Amino acid sequence: MAQSLDRLKESPSQTAGPYVHIGLTPNFCGIGGVYASDLGSTMVNDQTKGERIELRIRVLDGTGTPLKDALVEIWQADAAGLYNSPAELRGTADPNFLGWGRQPTDMETGVCLFQTIKPGRVPFRDGRLMAPHITLWIVARGINVGLNTRLYFSDEDKANAEDPILARIEHRLRVPTLIAERQGDTYVFDVHLQGEKETVFFDS
Amino acid sequence: MAESGSNRAPETGAFFQRDRQWHPPAFTPGYKSSVLRSPRKALLSFDNTLSELTGPVFGHAMLGEFDNDLIHNFAKPGESAIGERIIVHGRVLDERGKGVPGVLLEFWQANAGGRYRHKKDGYLAPLDPNFGGCGRAITGEDGGYAFRTVRPGPYPWPNGPNDWRPAHIHFSVFGHGFAQRLITQMYFEGDPLIWRCPIVGGISDKAAVEALIAALDMHSTIPMDALAYKFDIVLRGRRSTLFENRPEGN
Repeated sequence: MAQSLDRLKESPSQTAGPYVHIGLTPNFCGIGGVYASDLGSTMVNDQTKGERIELRIRVLDGTGTPLKDALVEIWQADAAGLYNSPAELRGTADPNFLGWGRQPTDMETGVCLFQTIKPGRVPFRDGRLMAPHITLWIVARGINVGLNTRLYFSDEDKANAEDPILARIEHRLRVPTLIAERQGDTYVFDVHLQGEKETVFFDS
Repeated sequence: MAESGSNRAPETGAFFQRDRQWHPPAFTPGYKSSVLRSPRKALLSFDNTLSELTGPVFGHAMLGEFDNDLIHNFAKPGESAIGERIIVHGRVLDERGKGVPGVLLEFWQANAGGRYRHKKDGYLAPLDPNFGGCGRAITGEDGGYAFRTVRPGPYPWPNGPNDWRPAHIHFSVFGHGFAQRLITQMYFEGDPLIWRCPIVGGISDKAAVEALIAALDMHSTIPMDALAYKFDIVLRGRRSTLFENRPEGN
């Protein structure tokens, strides 16, 4: 026997279930008075630097039906490409932008909306710039382990073409599953959990 | 660089690879909701970039006085939630065994009768007017946390014709990097429903299920007031950055 590495195992994931709102967006589901507001519901203020955009996101099941009980979190860099995080060592991010947001999908329409800013470009590990993107984390009843993916932007063709993560996708016809379509100041993004149009999900 | 709320230097190493055999797979047909909501194609694997290594900081200042007291945070003045009073406490560690400070924990649960305060829950057990079912805490320097609540009841759910959830508390865990993001559930020692639950059954390794079962902790009880359960949570560890990949000569 060799020495023990004394490592622990990550706690196994379990589904967020149908009542995830009670814990993460209680005001949204009618539990008022516990928290002043739902965490992550507002991302920008008057002083936040950058281009205002809206993300219009749906999560669709294998039949194409939008999930009405999902919860989406996003994490992104500021307009200059800096993360508001202790692990960001390249500079100081915009103090008026945390870069993190949380929204439930609407219980009737399945749509969730984020009012945010367009992120700047962030370097890949080797220094090449990644295309502007927003990281998504999706949980819901029926999802056993939270799903990670990214939202890229349809008006960033040149940057998308040189993005090192998009370049890793073997089946090129799946690349568009990660690209949100610009309509005015809104980016429309459908996440397909399975089927022909299944979104590329990440293990990173 | 954002304020970390800690004296420790920020860690920037990549997270340990997630052990997908240890977690439940996406497709667990015994849990019917997973059938149409499970990705079937291979995940795209890559070493963490800054987008996964970084994450926001939640300061203790955001917490209200009763955020970690579910017995009182929705109750009318002078009243309290009905049920078996318990304290849940433990530490958030990473896979290296280090306590993780500054972790945002959010919990939610059914009331003592097994009923959620949610319009989608039609179980005939009554709502408790003094119980909302949500709470939150942020771990201290050693990764420790605690909250007070009532033990949730088990309840039937529409999966099989007669499936019951074991008593459980949902935990959302927000560590330092967005790639550590985790939701899990805490079960109670000795509950025979754990081993009959189709959601728990998605986990194949018995040791992994046991990692989600909180132990009765008589040393942390409050005599004549509350029982206590200890529940430790483990987040992905991170690699050291002593020797980064760099071209020779740099």
